[in-house]
Amino acid sequence: MVDISTSLCGIKLDNPVMGASGTFGYGEEFAELYDINKLGSFSFKGITEEPRFGNATPRIAECPAGMINSVGLQNPGVKVLVDEILPEMKKIFHKPVMANINGFSIGEYERVAASLEGQDNIGWLEVNVSCPNVHGGGMSFGTSAKAAAEVTAAVRKQSTKPIIIKLSPNVTDITEIAKACEAAGADGISLINTMLGMRINLKSRRPVIANKSGGYSGPGIFPVAVSMIYRVYEAVNIPIVGMGGVSSADDVIEMMMAGARCVQVGAANLTDPFICPKIIDDLPKAMEKYNIEKLADIIGAAH
Amino acid sequence: MTESIFTIKENVALTDSVYKMTLEGDTSALSKPGQFVNIKLEGKFLRRPISVCEYGENSLVLIYKVVGSGTEDMSVMQAGKKLNLLVGLGNGFNPDKSGDAPLLIGGGVGIPPLYGLCKELIAKGAKPTVILGFNTKSEIFLEKEFENLGAKVIVATADGSYGVKGFVTDAMADLTYSFFYTCGPLPMFKAIEAKAVGSGQYSFEERMGCGFGACMGCSCKTKYGDKRICKDGPVLDREEVIW
Repeated sequence: MVDISTSLCGIKLDNPVMGASGTFGYGEEFAELYDINKLGSFSFKGITEEPRFGNATPRIAECPAGMINSVGLQNPGVKVLVDEILPEMKKIFHKPVMANINGFSIGEYERVAASLEGQDNIGWLEVNVSCPNVHGGGMSFGTSAKAAAEVTAAVRKQSTKPIIIKLSPNVTDITEIAKACEAAGADGISLINTMLGMRINLKSRRPVIANKSGGYSGPGIFPVAVSMIYRVYEAVNIPIVGMGGVSSADDVIEMMMAGARCVQVGAANLTDPFICPKIIDDLPKAMEKYNIEKLADIIGAAH
Repeated sequence: MTESIFTIKENVALTDSVYKMTLEGDTSALSKPGQFVNIKLEGKFLRRPISVCEYGENSLVLIYKVVGSGTEDMSVMQAGKKLNLLVGLGNGFNPDKSGDAPLLIGGGVGIPPLYGLCKELIAKGAKPTVILGFNTKSEIFLEKEFENLGAKVIVATADGSYGVKGFVTDAMADLTYSFFYTCGPLPMFKAIEAKAVGSGQYSFEERMGCGFGACMGCSCKTKYGDKRICKDGPVLDREEVIW
């Protein structure tokens, strides 16, 4: 019997597969389809202090190996999350969940983190400094090592939970930013968020997306993600949550060999809502194929 | 919602660019007219959401217009081919609101979901009037089929080559109705909104990521809060729409 368990910041995961933030809502839509307790965990839709509608539509564009989204952090705000959504989430998901938090200022990150401090079903904070779809916040914190470290240090002071900084691939050197976050007290690094992308409608000669460009995700970014995880693994000593185009058990194994302790599945959930349980079911067979007895043993095996 | 494999029974052209595909498979997840399916196509990352024209116990009919490479691929598919569908998406129309004499207004490729609705309204004893709007005579489809259901059908063509000359709203003049249902392009909706009397339902279209409410790709603001066209819609009540 192979062992598919892993762990993240001292919290055991039955398996390494998590739904990625922005593709898994607050779990509700998927809980209608299958028992989401089968997952290792999931990172819920990014939350801000105040409710946000997000960007104008169209927000979605297709690409040959993926899609572009420009949702713009639509969410009901942290108060509704705490008062209404988290109590409902406890009924459908009985494991620690990852809270994806966002801010347009250091103070907002701090206040959102503080609001979640007493929530016992939140296992980790995933601090998103890499949303490409909002201005004045989001990615602007994640493209500078100094700003990313400031956010990390500020959230660190507000939270006793493990904090994982979600990094943008749209930077010159992701390892510098990862190192700065580690030095500022991060417990882990999530990578990669989406890559900036654009499609143009040839008939109208205008960008497909109302916000012009958005975040490109899907199988097309998988090799980029593997490369960045590989490099960050060599640069830091804290655990890595890998993501970017994962859509099979082989992809999970590849990303773990690059250095990820666990793996989030994003865009693939949108085209195949049953992809996460399928990957989990496929893992033992894939492990046998590659002579892996214990999945956690292959973390960083490619180095 | 279910994910299941359907087999194409028939795929025929109704006009130069509009096709009718009949599929056999598990339709148990469909409960209302105006719901849609999301179709996986080889070589395309995103599924293609297409509204259901009508459905029975073991089959459903899609009428779709070729508007891009996905629907172009669909148009050349042969009987016997298998397709992976997410079935039973969206809220659909509410036939209980119709009253005795509902008005159904369809524009172009927005017409198909009104067919299943019309069938259901007639089955429950209502007497629907249907206005079908097209650009020109060669684009007309489903006129006879609506008549065969027993509905009163008025066709409007923008160029006057058939029926009433003008838009669907020109054909609405002097009609009285208990409730209206409509599906079609946004400019048509705005014209209807300016002219319609009483309550009604609009079925909206938007570019979607998932089709089942997970990605927030197709959100819109309504008077009752933010809604997802795919999950909370595509049908919205007239009273909640913000124009």
